[in-house]
Amino acid sequence: MLHGYGLYQEEHEAFRRTVRAVIEKELLPFAREWEAREEFPRELYPRFGELGFLGLKYPEVYGGSAAGELYEAVLLEELGRCGSGGVSAGLAAQFTIATGPIHLFGTDAQKRRFLAPAIRGEKIGALGITEPDAGSDVAGLRTTAVRDGEHYVVNGSKIYITNGVRADFVVLAVKTDPAAGHRGLSMLLLEKGTPGFSVGRKLQKLGWRASDTAELFFEDCRVPAENLLGQEGQGFYQIMGNFQWERLSLALGALGAIEDMLEQSMAYVKQRRAFGQSLSGFQVVRHKLAELFTEFECARQLTYHALRLHVGGQYAVAQTSMAKKVATETCCRVADACLQLHGGAGYMMEYDIQRHWRDARLGPIGGGTSEVMNEIIAKQLGL
Amino acid sequence: MKILVTAKRVEDPESKIKVKPDGSGIVQEGLKYKINPFDEIGVEEGLRLAAKHGGEVVVVSIGGKEVQEQLRHALAMGAHRAVWVNHTGTLDQLALAGLLQKVAEKEKPDMVILGKQSIDDDQNQVGQYLAEFLGWSQATFASKVESLESEQEKNKVPALQVGADGKTVRVVREVDNGLATLECALPAVVTTDLRLNLPRYASLPGIMKAKSKPIEELTPEKLGVDVTPKIQVLKMSSPPPRKAGIKVPDVATLVDKLRNEAKAV
Ligand SMILES: Cc1cc2nc3c(=O)[nH]c(=O)nc-3n(C[C@H](O)[C@H](O)[C@H](O)COP(=O)(O)OP(=O)(O)OC[C@H]3O[C@@H](n4cnc5c(N)ncnc54)[C@H](O)[C@@H]3O)c2cc1C
Ligand SMILES: Cc1cc2nc3c(=O)[nH]c(=O)nc-3n(C[C@H](O)[C@H](O)[C@H](O)COP(=O)(O)OP(=O)(O)OC[C@H]3O[C@@H](n4cnc5c(N)ncnc54)[C@H](O)[C@@H]3O)c2cc1C
Repeated sequence: MLHGYGLYQEEHEAFRRTVRAVIEKELLPFAREWEAREEFPRELYPRFGELGFLGLKYPEVYGGSAAGELYEAVLLEELGRCGSGGVSAGLAAQFTIATGPIHLFGTDAQKRRFLAPAIRGEKIGALGITEPDAGSDVAGLRTTAVRDGEHYVVNGSKIYITNGVRADFVVLAVKTDPAAGHRGLSMLLLEKGTPGFSVGRKLQKLGWRASDTAELFFEDCRVPAENLLGQEGQGFYQIMGNFQWERLSLALGALGAIEDMLEQSMAYVKQRRAFGQSLSGFQVVRHKLAELFTEFECARQLTYHALRLHVGGQYAVAQTSMAKKVATETCCRVADACLQLHGGAGYMMEYDIQRHWRDARLGPIGGGTSEVMNEIIAKQLGL
Repeated sequence: MKILVTAKRVEDPESKIKVKPDGSGIVQEGLKYKINPFDEIGVEEGLRLAAKHGGEVVVVSIGGKEVQEQLRHALAMGAHRAVWVNHTGTLDQLALAGLLQKVAEKEKPDMVILGKQSIDDDQNQVGQYLAEFLGWSQATFASKVESLESEQEKNKVPALQVGADGKTVRVVREVDNGLATLECALPAVVTTDLRLNLPRYASLPGIMKAKSKPIEELTPEKLGVDVTPKIQVLKMSSPPPRKAGIKVPDVATLVDKLRNEAKAV
C-alpha cells in the first residue's frame, strides 16, 4: 500500500517497518487469545515503554524521544492492524488521552510523578470524563470536587473508562464549581489507592474485547490539591484541547483497520471460488472493492489533511472533527461490506473480519459521537 | 575489531512471487523487499561482537539505488557506516564474491559475516568463494542451536567467540549430524545460519541516527572487477503444483503401490 503523501518521510516509513515487525512478532500471534480472554498482559506496557513507543511526542527529560506526532500517527495506523481493537485501544489510551493532558497542562513535578513512569510503561493511565448521566454533554458532568484545606474531596462516578480497572492513575474531569457550567470544570490527577476511590465491575463489550473498560466510584475521596492540573475552571478547555489528538488518533486507527480489512478481503475474493470462478471474477465484486478503496482514499486524505494542519501547529477543530467522523464511519461501512464479501465465513469467529466489524462500531461513538462532531462542525461554520 | 557484513536486498517472503510467463525472471510489480534475513542475523552478530570487543560494523550491499534502503536498515540497527556497490543488472555468485573481495581488501576487516545463503536464489556460494578469493579461513553455517547443554550455558556462551588475543574466532556451526566447533585464524569469513541469534528491531533513535551515517558509493569499475556473468539463467519456472494425495485401504495396497507405481521399494 502506498504511504507517504508528502506527509511521511523516509524515516517515518522506516519506523513503520519496525512497528510492523513488533506487531507481527509480539501482538498478532497472541491477539486471538487475548480477545477470548478479554484481557491482554500488563507486561505490554513496559514492553512498549522499552521500545520507546509510549513517549514518541514527549520531551526527553521525561523519558520520551520528542520525535513528534507523525511518528505516533504511524504507530496508531499500524496498531489498527494488530488483530485486536482492544489491545490497540488499551495501549493507545496510554500515550494519547491519559498522558496527553499531563504533557500539555502539568507542572514539572506532576510530569515526573505521572508522565515519566507512564512513558516507561510502569504506570498505566486512564482518562475519566464520561459519567452515567453525562457523556456527550461534557459541561453537564456531575462528579464534584470540593476544596477542603490541602485536598479536594471528590464525589461521583465515571463510566466506560478505558484502562480503568488496571489504571495506576486517572486524569479525572470534575466540577469544582457546579454552578458555573462548563467554566466550573477542572482536571485532577487521581492515584490508585486513594481512600474513597473504588473500581466497579469490568464492563462487557460488543467489541474492543481485550481492553479493560470500567466504572469508577468516588466517595469522599481526598485528592491532594497539588494534583490539580493547571488552574481551577480550565477543565473544559483542557478536555477540548486533548480531544484534538484523541480524535485524530481514532481516525488514524480506523485507517489502519480499513487497510487491514481490505487486504484480507482482496486475498479472500481471489481465492474463494463460486459459479466456476474466483469471486474477483465477478464485476460486481470488483466494483465493490473499487468503491471501498475509493472511500478509503477519501477518508485517508481528509485525515492526513487534518493531521498536517495539526502538526503544523493549527487548532484545526473543524477538520479534525470531520476526519474523525468520516474515517470511523468509513471503517464501519468497509467492515460491513468486507464481511459481506466473505459470505458465511464472514459471520464465523474463525475469520478476523467479524472482529473488525465489532471493533469498528465504537469509532463513531467513542471520543465524541458523530452527532457531536456535526455539532462542532456546525459551530465552526458559525451556525 | 572491524567487521564487514553483507546486506542483500531480497523479495519479502510474505509477498506473492510469480514467475514471468516467458520464464525470464519473476514479476517485480507489487513486490515488497527487505534485507535478506540471514544477513540481518549477520548484522546482529556483528553488532554484538563490536559491542563486546569495540570496533565498528561496516555493511555492504550490491545493487541499484534501492539497496540503500537495506543499508539504512542495517545502519538503523546500529551498524556504523555503509558501502554501496552501485550496479544494476544481473550478477552471478562469482561476480558478487569478486566485488566483496575488493571491498574487503579495501576495508581490511577482521571478519566478514555473510548469510549462508540469500532467500531469493538460495545459492549458498558467495561466502565460500569469498574466503577462497581472499585466502582466509572460513566457518559456514554459524549457529547456536542447542550447542551447549543447558539453557544457562546457551545464554552465556555465544556461537561466535573471538579469542582473547583477538587473533582467532571459535564458531559453533550447524552440520548434518549435529554441531561442529571450529577455531579459525582471523581474518575469517563466517556465514550465518538461521538459529544464530534473534536480530534486534531498528529503534527510533537508531533510525534517526542512520540518517546521518555515511554511505560510500563504489562501482565495479572503481573496484576493478569484471562482472560479466559466467553463469546464464536459461529459464525460471514455478514448481509444479502438488497433486492431491490418495488414500489406500490397507498396508498391502500401500506396499503394492510403492513397489509397482512409485517404484520406490
Ligand atoms: C469502549 C468504550 C471506551 C470508552 N472509553 C472512554 C474513556 O476512556 N474515557 C471516557 O471519558 N469516556 C470513554 N468512553 C465514553 C465515550 O466517550 C462516550 O460513550 C461517548 O462520548 C458518548 O457519550 P454517551 O455514551 O454518554 O452517549 P450520550 O451522550 O448519551 O449519547 C446518546 C446518543 O445521543 C446523541 N446525542 C447526544 N447529544 C446530542 C446532541 N446535542 N445532538 C444530537 N445528538 C446528540 C449521541 O450522538 C448518541 O447518538 C468510552 C466508551 C466506550 C463505549
Ligand atoms: C450462521 C449461519 C447459519 C447457516 N445455516 C445454514 C443451514 O442451515 N444450511 C445450509 O445449507 N447453509 C447454511 N448457511 C450457509 C449460508 O446459506 C451461506 O453462507 C450463504 O448462502 C453464502 O454462501 P457462502 O458462505 O458460500 O458465500 P459465497 O458464495 O462464497 O459468497 C461470498 C460473497 O461472494 C458473493 N457472490 C457469490 N456469488 C456471486 C455472484 N455470482 N455474483 C456476485 N456476487 C457473488 C456473495 O454474495 C458473497 O458476498 C449458514 C450460514 C451461517 C453464517
